[in-house]
Amino acid sequence: MSENGIRLLPLDDDSWRLEAYLRQGGYEAARKVLTSMAPREVVGEVCAAVLRGRGGAGFPAGMKWSFVPQGGTGPKYLCVNADEGEPGTFKDRLVLRRAPHALLEGMLITAFAVGIRTAFIYVRGEYARVSERLVEAIAEARSAGYLGPRVLGTDFGLDVIVHHGAGAYICGEETALLESLEGRRGQPRVKPPFPASVGLFRSPTVINNVETLAAIPQILARGAAWFLGRGVAKDGGTRLFGVSGAVRRPGVYELPVGTPLRQIIDVHAGGPPEGRSVKAVVPGGLSAPVLRPDEIDVPMDFDSLSRSGSMLGSAGIIVIPDDTPMLDVLHVTARFYAHESCGKCAPCRIGTSWILKTVQRLRRSGGSPADLDLILGLADGIRGRTLCPFGDAAALPIRAIVTKFRDELERAVVR
Amino acid sequence: MSYTPSPAALEKIEGTIALYPESSAALLPVLHILQGEAGFISKDAEIWAAAKLGLRPVRVREALSFYTMFKRAPAGRTTLLVCRNLSCALAGADDILGLIREKLGIGPGETTPDGAITLVTAECLGHCDHAPCLQVDGVDHGPVTRETVAALIEELQAHV
Repeated sequence: MSENGIRLLPLDDDSWRLEAYLRQGGYEAARKVLTSMAPREVVGEVCAAVLRGRGGAGFPAGMKWSFVPQGGTGPKYLCVNADEGEPGTFKDRLVLRRAPHALLEGMLITAFAVGIRTAFIYVRGEYARVSERLVEAIAEARSAGYLGPRVLGTDFGLDVIVHHGAGAYICGEETALLESLEGRRGQPRVKPPFPASVGLFRSPTVINNVETLAAIPQILARGAAWFLGRGVAKDGGTRLFGVSGAVRRPGVYELPVGTPLRQIIDVHAGGPPEGRSVKAVVPGGLSAPVLRPDEIDVPMDFDSLSRSGSMLGSAGIIVIPDDTPMLDVLHVTARFYAHESCGKCAPCRIGTSWILKTVQRLRRSGGSPADLDLILGLADGIRGRTLCPFGDAAALPIRAIVTKFRDELERAVVR
Repeated sequence: MSYTPSPAALEKIEGTIALYPESSAALLPVLHILQGEAGFISKDAEIWAAAKLGLRPVRVREALSFYTMFKRAPAGRTTLLVCRNLSCALAGADDILGLIREKLGIGPGETTPDGAITLVTAECLGHCDHAPCLQVDGVDHGPVTRETVAALIEELQAHV
């Protein structure tokens, strides 16, 4: 691990309780913030740390907070996005289980900085069991005075409510999450207005990912310069890189932002198993366009991945081995987006199902290489024509599989 | 036919509604509680939930029909959720699903004739470092093999 071994995610699975967290200096950052800092200073510190959103979009957290109008008499809300559903992503699961108090402390600091007194944690329905420790951690924090009406004896108070989804990938999109939390279908809202001005229950709302919030106590405890120094110039801190697929040691690795992708796969995750080699790598969850083996010497930060034509996204790395037909990868990808399209925007609703039907025809060997052009045309018809990022998230990886592995796909079709 | 949840469920529901600034926001948690009690959400339960939260029944149906975890018809006493997304597919999820279909004699979305097990396919369950994975009534299993899945099914058939 990086310098002085400071970690967001404890290595062992048993140190999640309040007592263990306090032993490691837990809640000291919140104490410092609540008793000696002005909200504006806290926002400034997090801005200077360049903490970019770990859910996938990479938007700087401090800047997001600064969009919330100051003062006012109405309520403001914090929504924690724990709807981890991006295929190949399983890091927030570990934060919820191993570091629930780091999340709660990060929420406390965020709420203080923005002037929020009520927070909701939106946990995907399939993580009901995973969130049991979180629920217990909230109870621990409440009875020890770290949550509730008078936190740490100050007149700042925060209530935290855990809310479970019910199975819908789209609810990870922040306005769909708000719709779902309000008891409706999880369909994205038209923006603007953005949630920072009109969000949950029509009130100003901050929405941050679990890992993003859990990184905040470190920033306030050790300073923005320290945090930024661990990553790269415009992307601070460490990331929880999840590695799955054809590697010897699948798992979550906490490493500095900017660690090369090849190093994460070969050194940390042990590389492909004996006799296998890498055919392709999905670098940041299924929505991130696939990379060829000659493209994986890329530093894992938002800007570098974006320059390479892909994205860092949720940092969920999926290693595809040499013996996997890319037509199968294309099928799994097309099926996922057709299944999860919420149906609100026609280009996405119609386009994703049409792409899936075309891929199914290719697999039944009734198709022709021209179908690959049809798929590219459909993907281009979705891209940039939807209310939310789901459209691009479906179009871009499908486009990358077809263009980068066209020869193989054509051979598979002609067969 | 009028519907009323058990006193225990009703108490949970009242407590849940009180957490939210607007009662309509309690719809998903209330539906989870009702489904937890009956195994599915009947039309009468929908109408009851609508009245309880001050919503028109169509608002409940609209939300209910959007989410994959809610069941609108009686299902098996156990739900087997099999992940089929990329990390699991690379680890042999199709083969595992095939074995389960063969053992249970049903396809995804179906329930065994004895009403014991409902089989459902899932998109990513966020357990990719344990691929191929599945969930049995919310409990994660993985990485599973043909052998462990066969044993799991035998156990479910014997005890459910």
